[in-house]
Amino acid sequence: MAFFIETMLGGLMTGMLYSLVALGFVLIFKASGVFNFAQGAMVLVAALAMARFSEWSNAALGGDSLFLANVIGIIGAGAVMFLVAWAVERFVLRKLVNQEGATLLMVTLGIAYVLEGLGQTFFGSEIYSIDVGMPKDPVIMFEGLFEGGVLINKEDFIAAALAAVLVAGLTVFFQKTAIGRALRAVADDHQAAQSVGIPLNKTWVIVWCVAGLVALVAGIIWGSKMGVQFSLVTVALRALPVVILGGLTSVPGAIVGGLIIGVGEKLSEVYLGPFVGGGIEIWFAYVMALIVLLFRPQGLFGEKIINRV
Amino acid sequence: MKFRTLALAAAIASVGLSSAVFSPAASAQAQEQFFPVLVGRTGPVAPNAVPWANGYVDYLKLINAQGGINGVKLSYEECEFGYATDRGVECYERLKGKGATVFQPLSTGLTFALTDKAPVDKIPLITAGYGRSESQDGSVFTWNFPLLGTYWVAADVAIQHVANQLGGLDKLKGKKIALVYHDSPYGKEPIPVLQERAKLHGFDLQLLPVTAPGVEQKSTWLQVRRDRPDYLLLWGWGVMTSTSIKEAQATGYPREKMLGIWWAGAEPDVKDVGAGAKGYSALALQHGAEPNSKVVKDMLAMVHDKGQGTGPKDEVGSVLYMRGLISAMLGVEGVRQAQERYGKGKVMTGEQVRWGLENLNLDQAKLDAMGFAGVMRPVQTSCTDHMGSSWVRVHTWDGSKWAFSSDWYQADDKVLRPMVLEAASKYAAEKNIQRRTAEQCAQ
Repeated sequence: MAFFIETMLGGLMTGMLYSLVALGFVLIFKASGVFNFAQGAMVLVAALAMARFSEWSNAALGGDSLFLANVIGIIGAGAVMFLVAWAVERFVLRKLVNQEGATLLMVTLGIAYVLEGLGQTFFGSEIYSIDVGMPKDPVIMFEGLFEGGVLINKEDFIAAALAAVLVAGLTVFFQKTAIGRALRAVADDHQAAQSVGIPLNKTWVIVWCVAGLVALVAGIIWGSKMGVQFSLVTVALRALPVVILGGLTSVPGAIVGGLIIGVGEKLSEVYLGPFVGGGIEIWFAYVMALIVLLFRPQGLFGEKIINRV
Repeated sequence: MKFRTLALAAAIASVGLSSAVFSPAASAQAQEQFFPVLVGRTGPVAPNAVPWANGYVDYLKLINAQGGINGVKLSYEECEFGYATDRGVECYERLKGKGATVFQPLSTGLTFALTDKAPVDKIPLITAGYGRSESQDGSVFTWNFPLLGTYWVAADVAIQHVANQLGGLDKLKGKKIALVYHDSPYGKEPIPVLQERAKLHGFDLQLLPVTAPGVEQKSTWLQVRRDRPDYLLLWGWGVMTSTSIKEAQATGYPREKMLGIWWAGAEPDVKDVGAGAKGYSALALQHGAEPNSKVVKDMLAMVHDKGQGTGPKDEVGSVLYMRGLISAMLGVEGVRQAQERYGKGKVMTGEQVRWGLENLNLDQAKLDAMGFAGVMRPVQTSCTDHMGSSWVRVHTWDGSKWAFSSDWYQADDKVLRPMVLEAASKYAAEKNIQRRTAEQCAQ
């Protein structure tokens, strides 16, 4: 029983981190109708910028204040993500207003490659650390209830809590603020939004900035867990089944989808994996997402698209 | 419009300029021995593959600084393949046309893909410490050279080391040993030997695959926590290794009970984990980090101090830098040996280099003179043995550096030889290859 609880908790905490990355996809899709394949590359660039600015400023400060170095790192990385958002809007999206979704999707693939290449060129391709004081050792709980207790990974727990706070904040931002409503209006209909005075270009910069902020938080959490390196881009691939399952237009969908995928892949690997040689969790997540699509093509929480002809 | 035209012109000019300036092979002369260099300077394995590539290229530069191979200067060209087999095959096809006489694929998957091509193109493949384990049998795998050791050697020595820690091979009975492996041809290579050893000694082998690249391993480590293996063998590469060590810390699995393969035992694997990796051990393909060796001192003096180093100076002598350097040295010595037979001071063909590699005889005196004293033990190949040696040590991360923690081991031929022969014979039957006879070997 204790092991089952550990597996569930591990899945939930991992799922929360998937939700965080999935949120980046959802935000941009909601506001611009673009499926942003560059989200993984944005996570990498944000984490690289944070790690290197923090490292450089720590060296400049004589290694005395890691906290201050991290603050400078976060500000520097935030500035880089703003620059990315501005450049994407100015040089890419502005030229492609009202283009087909497939065109925009391919463009984000191109952006991903550019960001990966430029990020590693400017900041390096070695493994860099982000030390934000996350505890690395586990804690054993409920030893009185279960033999051997239940192991909780403190780092995962804190990361999941941070992700939950960010997700809640973004939900409020989208539902309750004027800017959030403007973003949703732009997503629904560019021309109608413009006609009521919503500036399209500014809105896109804002939404890419918000996605950049989400990428920065995801980059700090994943970078602290596994080191900052190229493989961070693959984390985005783990979030794809989450958005398929949760629905591309739903913030709650990204959260619930993340949790379902997180728990589902852990349970499948641990309990089904041994019967088929293991290594099934990645594709099993897609199986779950595809099963959902069979019954709800728009995902669990996605909006049903009805075209009048 | 003007800006676009200018940008396009600048892009075209920069591509042309970069290929002219940054490709050393562009200026290769007919009297130069050409070495293709397959590198993974980008992508998920870059942190590990970059030092290997730097060590490889630096050694070629060192040989040139020392006057070449009997006067024959070396040229090289890098091809970026990012550890992707398809791109590696493209690199091979491109570089073979430029006069390649020896290839080092740096990927087991790519080695599998090139093994059928090498005999047709007559280009030997050196796979030092990786590749197909049965290719040790040179009478079937004429063009493959898994010099210094294979994954079967590594698996065999890993079990010997675990037994040593427990107090003898008989103490393995009833123990539980887990293999956490990269779910790829590379990661699967040791399984037959571990299964054979498990049968022989009565230990329980638990197989735990990790899907590449290995950034998410929680399920694997939940199973480790549940089953609590007595020892854990780690067949990781790139990000997988450091993630495994971090997960071990997060699940409380003792690092002292973990033993990595030699591709999971370098600075990039533990640097980011720091003190959390303290006690973690890995096999060493003879060498470890060798900052005090003579070859490293020569490298610093003759290449880096003259501003010609490929990578950062502080990387020189690190584990994977040394692996690249030694890999290049083996290729260079193959050419040198070939020149002994086919003419000193001449550029060798692929077939001639193949003969050189098959007749390598790097005894200790020769290695010491080349600057490898304390780094390597002798390597001697033959027609039937394309591996040349199976010496392995274990080194342990002390929180800040790798330090040797065992004496030398050698793979047990009684266990491995029958397996090599059987697998090679099976391959020969599949491909309709006749084993070379003693007469053919003597040619």
